[in-house]
Amino acid sequence: MGEPVKIDVSDMNFFYGNHKALHGVNMKIRENYVTALIGPSGCGKSTFLRSLNRMNDLIPGARLEGRVNLDGENIYASSTDVIQLRRRVGMIFQRSNPFPMSIYENAAYGVRVNGLTRDRLKLDEIVERTLRAAALWDEVKDRLGKSAMSLSGGQQQRLCIARALAVQPEVLLMDEPASALDPISTAKIEELIYELKQNYTIVIVTHNMQQAARVSDESGFFLTGRLVEFSETKRLFTAPTNRETEDYITGRFG
Amino acid sequence: MSEREHTSKQFEQQLRALKDKLLLMSHHAEKMIADAIRALVERRPSLAEEVIKSDDEMDQLELDVDNQCYEILALEQPVARDLRFIATALKIVRDIERIGDIAVNIAERAIELIQEPEMKRLIDLPIMAEAAQRILKESLDAFVNSDAELAEKVIRDDTFVDDCYEQIFRELLTYMMEDTKYISRALKVIFIAKHLERVGDHSSNIAEMVIFLVRGQDIRHGTRLDRR
Repeated sequence: MGEPVKIDVSDMNFFYGNHKALHGVNMKIRENYVTALIGPSGCGKSTFLRSLNRMNDLIPGARLEGRVNLDGENIYASSTDVIQLRRRVGMIFQRSNPFPMSIYENAAYGVRVNGLTRDRLKLDEIVERTLRAAALWDEVKDRLGKSAMSLSGGQQQRLCIARALAVQPEVLLMDEPASALDPISTAKIEELIYELKQNYTIVIVTHNMQQAARVSDESGFFLTGRLVEFSETKRLFTAPTNRETEDYITGRFG
Repeated sequence: MSEREHTSKQFEQQLRALKDKLLLMSHHAEKMIADAIRALVERRPSLAEEVIKSDDEMDQLELDVDNQCYEILALEQPVARDLRFIATALKIVRDIERIGDIAVNIAERAIELIQEPEMKRLIDLPIMAEAAQRILKESLDAFVNSDAELAEKVIRDDTFVDDCYEQIFRELLTYMMEDTKYISRALKVIFIAKHLERVGDHSSNIAEMVIFLVRGQDIRHGTRLDRR
């Protein structure tokens, strides 16, 4: 059933020092699917997301048990090249964080630092391709030399997506990518997510349940570090099997 | 069943108001069918007239329920059980309103029949009417109490109402064959039996929606929602 499994998480436990933040999480994330992670603050969904490209490695005292297989290979194996991993599994953050340089240089950044090309024509081509893929090209093509800071919040976020796409990742992790944006910019990001899933596997954390319902194919509901329910999104939002999921998504909490 | 309250008091109140309105309609529908049958059996045309008049209120309640549902859908964007509740409300409101129309049809036939001499004492028809009213009441109780087991019973018991119809039809056919002067009256009684049979069908529809509401399973037409 469905697409092949891109990321296979099994028996994941996660600790911040003595605090256990995730308890035995199992999840199969399918290729070219949008997988949404929902749940109240502090439920572990962002921790889970960040463990998929080892962003948590940077936190002192953080420790993970279990396996995270990307295309069948454990990304926590000692042989894993973490830089290479993060190239394959890119990340988009809640607050758009363009670098204080031109639009062009932002889009070209990943390619430059990874030393992928020095050829200016090749670089131009990559910049245009990624800006088009991020649905930003038409809005910025006449002012590529302008500072990225001159863009609106929604444009900045799409620029960050373009920057992530430039190194040709396979998976995109998105942590609340639209929570700081107005409804029109949010709609553009959601439209973009729909376009991008043709070519990428996307995992998105969102507090906006309607957004999860709109953009995702499968959804996981986290509560106090446990994955309570994981199923097809249309199923989860019409007839969830778990009472805790039901109470949360219908607004019966607290 | 026990259910946690919404964090949003306003939403909670909207859902409750909708449920109350459906309860009111259910009560009306039950009373209309009961009165229409009593008007016939006790030969009371004035009671039949009352049934016909009371249908306006049913129609108005149906419009109110529809509007409340649309408002909740637009303003609260319900999901999961709440979504199923609204979907159920929108469907069963039509069934309940149709039952009101059926009561009117029965009352009209009753008025005509009362004007003619009694053809025979009605025996099977009151039995059938009682069965139809019982499953109607049970289907609405099942809805109010989110009782899927009771809803299953309604669906089973509907076959008894269907059987009653077959029985009455066959019996009145023999009357008509015996003497042509019975045809007009016998046909009217058959119509009434057919109306009661439809009450059973609507009750069964309501029961199917209750099972969808409680379990998230669509059992209509022998299908299931979770079939993929």
